[in-house]
Amino acid sequence: MATIVTRELTKRYGETVAVDGLDLELRRGEVFGLLGPNGAGKTTTILMMLGLTEPTSGTVEVLGFDPARNALDVKRHVGYMPDAVGFYETLTGRENLRYTARLNRMPSPEGQIDGLLGTVGLGAAADDPVGTYSRGMRQRLGLADALLKSPDILILDEPTTAIDPEGVSEMLTLIRSSADAGMTVLLSSHLLHQVQEVCDRVAIFVRGRVAAEGSPSELAESNPGPEVVEVGLDSDADLFDHLDGVPFVEDIASGRAPRTWRVTVAPGTTSDLMAVLVASRARVISLTRLDHDLDAVYRRHFRREGAHV
Amino acid sequence: MSDTAALHPSVDRAEMRPGHFTAGWRIVARKELADHLLSARFAVLIAVLGVAAAAAVFSASGGIRDVAPAAQGIPALFLKLFTVTTDPVPFPFVTFIGFLAPLLGIMFGFDAVNGERAQGTLPRLVAQPIHRDEVIIGKFVAGLTVIGLMLAALTLFVSGIGIYRLGIVPTAAEVSRLAVWLVLAIIYVGLWLALATAASVFFVRAASSALVSVGTWLVLALFGNFLFRALAGLFASADNQIANLTAQVAVSRISPITLFTEASSLLLDPTQRATGLVLSTQVDRALVSNLSLGQSLLVVSPQMIGLLAMTAVVFAAAFVAFMRQEVRA
Repeated sequence: MATIVTRELTKRYGETVAVDGLDLELRRGEVFGLLGPNGAGKTTTILMMLGLTEPTSGTVEVLGFDPARNALDVKRHVGYMPDAVGFYETLTGRENLRYTARLNRMPSPEGQIDGLLGTVGLGAAADDPVGTYSRGMRQRLGLADALLKSPDILILDEPTTAIDPEGVSEMLTLIRSSADAGMTVLLSSHLLHQVQEVCDRVAIFVRGRVAAEGSPSELAESNPGPEVVEVGLDSDADLFDHLDGVPFVEDIASGRAPRTWRVTVAPGTTSDLMAVLVASRARVISLTRLDHDLDAVYRRHFRREGAHV
Repeated sequence: MSDTAALHPSVDRAEMRPGHFTAGWRIVARKELADHLLSARFAVLIAVLGVAAAAAVFSASGGIRDVAPAAQGIPALFLKLFTVTTDPVPFPFVTFIGFLAPLLGIMFGFDAVNGERAQGTLPRLVAQPIHRDEVIIGKFVAGLTVIGLMLAALTLFVSGIGIYRLGIVPTAAEVSRLAVWLVLAIIYVGLWLALATAASVFFVRAASSALVSVGTWLVLALFGNFLFRALAGLFASADNQIANLTAQVAVSRISPITLFTEASSLLLDPTQRATGLVLSTQVDRALVSNLSLGQSLLVVSPQMIGLLAMTAVVFAAAFVAFMRQEVRA
């Protein structure tokens, strides 16, 4: 069942087109990743879904409501955690959540507030003023705040930006379990490698348009691009000497560790590269494919889009 | 902290409909009011205003005690507590409210909206199920409530000291005049609250909006007279004194401080029947008598309506600007 549907959704600020004819369909119980660089139009899209900014043209439907006309119906069912989420510094974490509960007219929120503060790992800091919180703690409080109204849809704008790696995986686990409990989760991020594992589907969003959409594995398969291989040699020999003039080698650069090289080859030619290396008697001790995750897909799209600038 | 639970013990999510629960602006106002009352600025303001009010009323009551034995039948003696002064205190209570109370309005409004922006709480707040206008209305109502509380407390404080020092109690007529004056003062300070709130919408930084509001206040309070004299010169030459003075009075009524001062003196002095320029020929052989409250209200209505209209216009500007503003800065 579709919970958020956008059709030809467009937002212009003067000459600038922030969102350009966006068509999306989000289903119940899935985690949908809206991935793209900063300034791609992710936040603008989210604000239109919440009725906080009006589309220039096109439509959004959230749970069957038009956010521009029935903003309250939408906001009653959507939990939102904005980018760089902020709280009232002099109030405690618990008091901040209480205010949100009151704004949502929750009759007796204390139990839920306690539970959520525990879930996001802020049980001990619940009664400290938010002014003393780290950015990661604020972000976790932001998730609790968005979950407080038991929303049908959870919209998270850059939820992992300021958190340490361990916090990220906890956050992602929480997000995953929210979706498994039946929520629709829309996740916006520019840190693709962090969030791809938790997303059922992703849309790669560049300059207001969707460059690619599908499950992470589909995307990786359907977008064959250059393959990147890290080659390790057992001597200080220069790999250029071995690969000079090989037609399918697109790029050679030094790798992260000493005596390793990063070689970019045409799609489907990694095995040919091995054959060439063996034939040229290069003393290869390791060979690793690097481009199997979405990062490469993502980078490729940015490069392609960037070419139009 | 109790909450709406007591009112709606068994409201189910599905039954929640607009109208069945607390209006959003009330929830916002309640939170803002709690913030104001617990804030350092509230404590500082009440201390400063309390000391100034005490000085004013001690000076006034001293002056009244000095002349009291010689004077007979001074009309509305109790209200003189608010309008007269003696050395070394330069202002009577009313004048000092006219001068200092704008600070009250500015203090509780200058960071109303840009403060939420700076803390990053605005996007979260407007994403809750309340209308966007309820945010600014709730904040304005909370500000007005604090201002009303403080002004009422100050007025009662001054009255109390006066009763103690003079040993006279106010008559019913005097109490009702004071009550009307209190409403006037709240509208007046509400204007400054609206101005500061508007500045907090237009300026991203709280420092800028505070500076602009305080600047407006200081220019009108300190340099108003020079400005109005210069402006009046454009309409009527200084050679024709009466025309020039009339023009000065007319121009000075642009300033809410003038309107408030005029209205205050009309309300708190029942013998006053006009403001502005009064020639001695106009009052020649007039009997000194007290106006009834109704008559005073008639005389004062242009000033009161003027102040109310200014407050409404300035708040409307803040309101419209806030509604049209993007949530993101």
